[in-house]
Amino acid sequence: MKHIISMLIENESGALSRVSGLFSARGYNIHALTVAPTDDETISRLTLVTSGTEQQVEQIVKHLNRLIDVIKVVDITEGSHIERELMLVKLKASGAMREEIKRLSDIFRGTIVDVNANIYTVQLVGESQKLDAFVDAIDEGLIVEVVRSGAVGLMRGEKSLHL
Amino acid sequence: MELTGAQILVHYLEDEGVEHIWGYPGGAALPIYDALDTDAKKLKHVLVRHEQAAVHAADGFARSTGLPGVALVTSGPGATNTVTGIATAYMDSIPLIVVTGQVATNMIGLDAFQEIDTVGITRPIVKHNFLVKDVNDLAMTLKKAFYIATTGRPGPVVVDIPKDVQNAKSSYEYPQEVSLRSYVPVTKGHSGQIKKAIDMMLAAKKPIIYTGGGVVLGGASEALTDLARNLGYPVTNTLMGLGAYPAEDKQFVGMLGMHGTYEANLTMHNSDLIIAIGARFDDRVTGNLEKFCPDAKVIHIDIDPASISKNVVVDIPIVGPVKQVLTEMLSLLNKSKKRPDQEALSSWWEQIESWRSTNCLRYEQLGHKIKPQAAMETVWQVTNGDAYVTSDVGQHQMFAAQYYKFNKPRRWINSGGLGTMGFGLPAAMGVQAAFPDATVVCVTGEGSIQMNIQELSTCLQYGLPIKVLCLNNGFLGMVRQWQEFFYDRRYSMSYMDSLPDFVKLAEAYGHVGIRIDNPETMKEQLEEAFSDKYKDRFVFIDVITDQQENVYPMIPAGAGLDEMILV
Repeated sequence: MKHIISMLIENESGALSRVSGLFSARGYNIHALTVAPTDDETISRLTLVTSGTEQQVEQIVKHLNRLIDVIKVVDITEGSHIERELMLVKLKASGAMREEIKRLSDIFRGTIVDVNANIYTVQLVGESQKLDAFVDAIDEGLIVEVVRSGAVGLMRGEKSLHL
Repeated sequence: MELTGAQILVHYLEDEGVEHIWGYPGGAALPIYDALDTDAKKLKHVLVRHEQAAVHAADGFARSTGLPGVALVTSGPGATNTVTGIATAYMDSIPLIVVTGQVATNMIGLDAFQEIDTVGITRPIVKHNFLVKDVNDLAMTLKKAFYIATTGRPGPVVVDIPKDVQNAKSSYEYPQEVSLRSYVPVTKGHSGQIKKAIDMMLAAKKPIIYTGGGVVLGGASEALTDLARNLGYPVTNTLMGLGAYPAEDKQFVGMLGMHGTYEANLTMHNSDLIIAIGARFDDRVTGNLEKFCPDAKVIHIDIDPASISKNVVVDIPIVGPVKQVLTEMLSLLNKSKKRPDQEALSSWWEQIESWRSTNCLRYEQLGHKIKPQAAMETVWQVTNGDAYVTSDVGQHQMFAAQYYKFNKPRRWINSGGLGTMGFGLPAAMGVQAAFPDATVVCVTGEGSIQMNIQELSTCLQYGLPIKVLCLNNGFLGMVRQWQEFFYDRRYSMSYMDSLPDFVKLAEAYGHVGIRIDNPETMKEQLEEAFSDKYKDRFVFIDVITDQQENVYPMIPAGAGLDEMILV
């Protein structure tokens, strides 16, 4: 099952490689990983999408907690949560397809953020599954390039990940 | 007080109470070596002959004393040579500080002479590591390094110090306090869990106490002994845990695992409750996990939550320092009116005694070839069971674990996790430095000893009266044993040809060499080697042993604990 693990880490050189090194050393999967500073400049927030049995994910969380640079870890998929990912898709858009792609993009609440005579670039935000669905809905031959941010997320309601 | 970074390091180590450090100088560590010369008062530096040995020596010191060991090396090859030593300590959770010189900060990343990414290379084998870029951070970084290495589940910490940081000046004051928001080791086990565990312990009919290196590291031997005697349950130790419970006590059923005793493995396999304390269900202990202890519930006490339910799913986890948890358990037991089911316990013991009567460690010293078991057992007798025994890795290591009965913790010093050949001699140097008057034996083989043989020179320079017991069968014995069992006796590359004459070699290094090849004279010769005559001398005892001897009992890979090969 897919899990989104969110953590606060010290904003220090090497902290990211400790996290990624743990995954490669212990043979855990990383489907996506995103990291950026937070409102506190000494802390970065790292979000990681992984999969495994409950027992494996429990081990992952324990091992992450063991890293000295990791301040807090939570598996946000354990409870209700909000997940968002950004995707930019560059598509061949000419002739009748221009209208078709525009319509499909609207259905997915996408925005066309760059246009030229032959190309549309569509921006989509949503749960990773929604982005997958958009890509699946497009004729493969039209896709020029896809870039995705990897998921970020947080727990719904009062719960939060903070110091 | 304004000092250079190098001086700060030396002053800090002295203020931290460090008295021994093992190391090897080089370009990027020269300012530190200069500061050792000008500023060190109590700090004694031992010059090893290879950086790997510096780390093993610091490790041996740490294992025997419980204090952190410190090693110092230069950048590049100096640092890479420490890798095996650091990994050895990491696998066995030994508190070490390894200080490495580094090229100047403005040279980092430019492939400078003797530059290597030490922090990157050591990252997977340390508890934590630091690259110090500013001399003003140095003292606090060292404080953090010692704090991290010695608290929680201990481990090695590397501090990489660039040469310009060693030369730069800063004011120095020993930092009294340290706290890390991201690292807060547990100091107390959960009381609710402890109560639940006690109930489960008292309800058990076929319990076993299974303890590992965590009991030694956590200084909990006494608490363990009290608890075990209070309950009357059988106790088994892992390879790393030997000595945590007195080996000669009647409740002790021996070491468990691949070369454990018949009674220890069968008691585990047939138990209805495993009380695991500071042990991590290593594959050498569990054998095939699918066949592991089918009827047992598991209580697991460990300081490291990641060790719990890693290999074996646990019913009652207790995260905390073993000493505190065991002490709390004992006081609860003393207050409780409930007692273990004596009837069930006595029939359990009856069963265990019948397994014990197999006498699985028996051997016969017949003929003119020395049995390695006999050599080991004789050394145990000759040293009154009171020596510090370090070991290399292989058959000799298992013979030492089986036939030297350790009644005290921190007496048995071996590389259990990583299984590092070449560990024994340098580790013995660390032990002897800590206990100059103690008998220190390095049990080794002709394969392992050659992996750090250069340290014979260090032993002469510092007058270390170590006794090396080399069980010399002319084979990489454990490899040979596996080839005999599982590879149709194709002894590929396991024969040690062109061996040196170890007696002459020892003499060439200025030591005493003794060869023992006759079972008739073995005891007498060993008595002499350990007599007052050689009290102050390093003695290399080369024992020529039976080439065909194997370590039994043995659980083949993939088998369960009840599927032992006995002879």
